[in-house]
Amino acid sequence: MNFKTTIGLEVHIELKTNSKIFSPSPAEFGDDANANTNVIDWGYPGVLPQTNKGVIEAGMKAAIALHAEVTRENHFDRKNYFYPDNPKAYQITQSVTPIGKDGWIEIDVDGKKKKVGIAEMHVEEDAGKNTHNPNGYSYVDLNRQGTPLIEIVSKPDIESPDEAYAYLEALRQRIQFTGISDVKMEEGSMRVDVNISIRPIGSDKFGTKAELKNLNSFNFVRKGLAFEEKRQQKILLSGGQVRPETRRFDEASGETILMRVKEGADDYRYFPEPDVPVVTIDDNWLNSVQEAMPEMPGKRRERYVNELKLSDYDAMVLTQTKEMSDFFEEAIAEGADPKLTANYLMGDVNAYLNDQKVDLQDTKITPTNLATMVKMISDDTISSKIAKKVFKAITDGEEPSAWVKAKGLIQLSDPDKLNPIIKSIVDDNSQSVEDFKNGKDRAVGFLIGQIMKQTKGQANPKVVNQLLMKELKVR
Amino acid sequence: MSENKQISASDVEHVAGLAKLKFNDQDLNKFTDQFGDILDLVNTLNEVDTDGVEPTFSVTDQINTMREDVAVNAHQKEELLKNAPDTENGFIRVPAIIDESEEG
Repeated sequence: MNFKTTIGLEVHIELKTNSKIFSPSPAEFGDDANANTNVIDWGYPGVLPQTNKGVIEAGMKAAIALHAEVTRENHFDRKNYFYPDNPKAYQITQSVTPIGKDGWIEIDVDGKKKKVGIAEMHVEEDAGKNTHNPNGYSYVDLNRQGTPLIEIVSKPDIESPDEAYAYLEALRQRIQFTGISDVKMEEGSMRVDVNISIRPIGSDKFGTKAELKNLNSFNFVRKGLAFEEKRQQKILLSGGQVRPETRRFDEASGETILMRVKEGADDYRYFPEPDVPVVTIDDNWLNSVQEAMPEMPGKRRERYVNELKLSDYDAMVLTQTKEMSDFFEEAIAEGADPKLTANYLMGDVNAYLNDQKVDLQDTKITPTNLATMVKMISDDTISSKIAKKVFKAITDGEEPSAWVKAKGLIQLSDPDKLNPIIKSIVDDNSQSVEDFKNGKDRAVGFLIGQIMKQTKGQANPKVVNQLLMKELKVR
Repeated sequence: MSENKQISASDVEHVAGLAKLKFNDQDLNKFTDQFGDILDLVNTLNEVDTDGVEPTFSVTDQINTMREDVAVNAHQKEELLKNAPDTENGFIRVPAIIDESEEG
């Protein structure tokens, strides 16, 4: 029996706003417990939550970036649940009027392109953070309570763990380009819940879903889903039935482990939030947000290929993150050659980032300094060999043209300066001249080596080669 | 167990369970009756003809009363913690909970 897999993803994205969604408390992390809270975050009676306009605009941007229809008449709903991370005992979310619906993004798995539908996305508040201690107590920090989230729910179009991985990559990339979130799983600004079911090919009824938790990287999502796919196949092949379970991915073993069997549907008793006024998005507002939308990665790739004449591959790598792409644009705006700049970003810069395990914006490399170095290579001021040293200096925060001057590394291309050196080397090596006359090309290499040595590697090899050949011919 | 035509004792038990509450039989019967009375009252609203009326999500006339995205720290931490039943090191301290949160 062969099976068809159906995967659903719920992605929570933390928005990079200054304040929380319904209270003006700072939406910041890393501060002392409960330092960024007020009476609204604590759910005091009689408080008046007020909607943060920036959150609604971020929601509109996400909807536009994911080709979704922006909902014009928005209201909020209460999702009721009792848990100490939320003192109100309900989460304010959007159940009936998600800010965006019916979107899609394109994914690419091994060159095969596919559109994955997005059912809806809604803005909502996050809950506080609990820490559990074996001493019999749990500790609640409400700093995160009320920070804004967007939840993005995929349509059941994803049919393999690899497609799920590609969907997450594409989603992260597009959201990152809008600038509304850092979308970093390792920092919790992107969180992924997945569900997966399988059914025999030919059956039009979805199988029973299992939900997976504790997926802390895209790779773990792929691994967890692959394990779960096999586990469910084994059950069905042996005549069993998949139960509706919540399972936890275990990073060490790569397996999923049963947390609990779900009994009955969740009962959140949604109802309209009466304290928060409705939000209406008119054409003017929508247009102004649309006009302010940054260029999406696909558009940038097209421009890189058509206008800057980069290869498809280069364009793809450069637009992997907004940081890299912005860096590239700034460097070429300073007049650096696009192809050479792209090569350095994808080569030396990427190698440096991987080696140091840092993000580009956390280094001392600046677009201006990289551009200066690239321009010095283009106009033969330095050789590509010397550029290796210059790049190292750039990573230490040095300004390349001053540094090259100070270190005396400027490439020697002037024939008036090179000719005397070449003449004296040739004079001192008459045996090599003899060998050259007898057709031994190796002699030329030896002579060039001597000249490079004499100039401490600064002579322009191309110019040296021309001048040397000229010199040898007149001997 | 008393049964109301609107709601059964087990419905009330279920709703109480969602709020992490537990009642003895006597209270459960009392609340089931009260619950039923409330539902009876609310049901009279069902007699109103609402055909063709748009659902109302807010009873105020306020539309788009939003605030700009500006952070203001209330600096109320100490005061707020005074109202918490139990605290430790700036945290609210609660009896140990098993993590069953749905995270949004």
